[in-house]
Amino acid sequence: MSEDQGPGTRPPPASGAGRPSTLGRFALIGVIVAGVAGAFAYTGGWIGPARLKSKTIINALEANAGGRHPGWRRAHAKGVCVTGYFDGNGAGRFLSSAQAFGKLRTPVVGRFALAGGDPFAGDGRVVFHSMALSLTQPDGEIWRIGMDHTPIFPVSTPQAFTQLQIAGTPDPKTGKPDPAKMKALLAAHPEIAAYLKFMKAWPLPDSFAAGDYYSINAFRFVDGQGQARLVRWAMVPEQTGGVLDKDKLKTVPDNLLFDELRTRLAKGPLHWRMVVTLAGPNDAVDDATKQWSGADQQVEVGTLTLNATQPEEVGGCRDITYDPTILPKGIAISDDPLLPARSAAYSKSFARRAAEGPHPGAQASAPPSVPAGAAQ
Amino acid sequence: MSPTMPRFALAARVIHWIMAVMILAMLFIGIGMVSTVGELYSRLIAIHRPLGIAILAFAILRLVVRFTNKPPPLPADLPMIQKLAAHGSHLALYALMIAMPLVGWGMLSAGGYPIVMASGFHLPPILPHDLFLYGLLRQAHTWLALALFAVFLAHLAAALMHGLIRQDGVFSSMASFGRRGGV
Repeated sequence: MSEDQGPGTRPPPASGAGRPSTLGRFALIGVIVAGVAGAFAYTGGWIGPARLKSKTIINALEANAGGRHPGWRRAHAKGVCVTGYFDGNGAGRFLSSAQAFGKLRTPVVGRFALAGGDPFAGDGRVVFHSMALSLTQPDGEIWRIGMDHTPIFPVSTPQAFTQLQIAGTPDPKTGKPDPAKMKALLAAHPEIAAYLKFMKAWPLPDSFAAGDYYSINAFRFVDGQGQARLVRWAMVPEQTGGVLDKDKLKTVPDNLLFDELRTRLAKGPLHWRMVVTLAGPNDAVDDATKQWSGADQQVEVGTLTLNATQPEEVGGCRDITYDPTILPKGIAISDDPLLPARSAAYSKSFARRAAEGPHPGAQASAPPSVPAGAAQ
Repeated sequence: MSPTMPRFALAARVIHWIMAVMILAMLFIGIGMVSTVGELYSRLIAIHRPLGIAILAFAILRLVVRFTNKPPPLPADLPMIQKLAAHGSHLALYALMIAMPLVGWGMLSAGGYPIVMASGFHLPPILPHDLFLYGLLRQAHTWLALALFAVFLAHLAAALMHGLIRQDGVFSSMASFGRRGGV
């Protein structure tokens, strides 16, 4: 404090009864500033009860993939770009005011991928085959879609998803996940056990082109009058294919699915019909582990055509995050807790790989040496 | 307290307090939304974007008010080091309240995200879709936010020092709205 206070420029030091001392006023300032800083730290999750953060999910995915693969997506790392368009047939406009459902063509930049965080893993795995799409409507609105080849998901919450990644992480000593951890998780989460059983029976397509792809989560379609309806959707292929024999996956060539897609697209475009299913009265609208009855109304809203493929290092899909909560007017998220978590986790994965420097696609640049334990 | 201590122009005082609420809310929304993967994440991010653009608009308006209205001088008896700290922190606050929304807007542009203000209403991108640029700006957004919060805390502490300890009229030059200067 300065000493040279001129007389009369301020009142005499407060010392009367009822007035806090200078020390007390300093303490008050300290309490206010510390209180604001503390509230900020609590809001940021640095203090207080533990909270599931996006970095926890992404760290679990990285560990599950045997470590960090700089520049690649942390999930569905092995992929390929595709381009084409979506032709709305007009029927969807009765459900959603999104422009893409009108009788018009919307360009698409998409990506086929395999689940898992290892961009060099082979194609012979019982994992999700995924189709991701980014539609840029003529009105400028963007719709991002991330779909898998099964209509349901193994978990209904981001917490269970993270636990599943941790339980499935290979033990550095054995190179395999600890069976006791998985057993405990399955006991606590019967929906995961049910999913594993379902996945065992569900066909594993031998071609990206022949897969059905499902929205996994429910969404709200809002029509021009503001009426909202809960829906899921699927892309139903017009081309056919076979299935992989799950007992002979070791014999599947490493890039079978990606090579097959290139071959197919060289011969001509591929088509999927987009079918929207409205939730029935008994369908779970916030739980992606539950199948819908399917008995309720289904509406075919248009056709997806994919006519070209590009490796990720030159394709437009590499620099897109397929966050399923990026939606045009006329579509909104449901109360499914996986949707905000997907958005937050994809954002974290995107930020990390972007800062690491965009990496070329996996098939064109697989490392010359195979990681230990993966020798064939 | 000096009853003759001039105050900031009325417009400057009004904008200061509106922006104080907006920026503090924005810092808590920002740090809160990235701390969770729950439904609050989606709800907060939907507020975060338009609020950031609103702050940018107010900051520009504020600059105009600042350059057209001379602020009251600091007390003559304030030590030079504190005067420098005051001017430096004010400059940092102005720079950050303009940089933060621009970095956020630029970051979404570089990431190929739509810049959604409200359902069906977007702003155009201000930078090309460039993944590496996105990575840099995304990190900058966090570090600048933490810097802004730190400068805000210093500003708050200094304001309270003027108001409660020095009682030199600096606090009321911004905080009093009565006909005549209060505390």
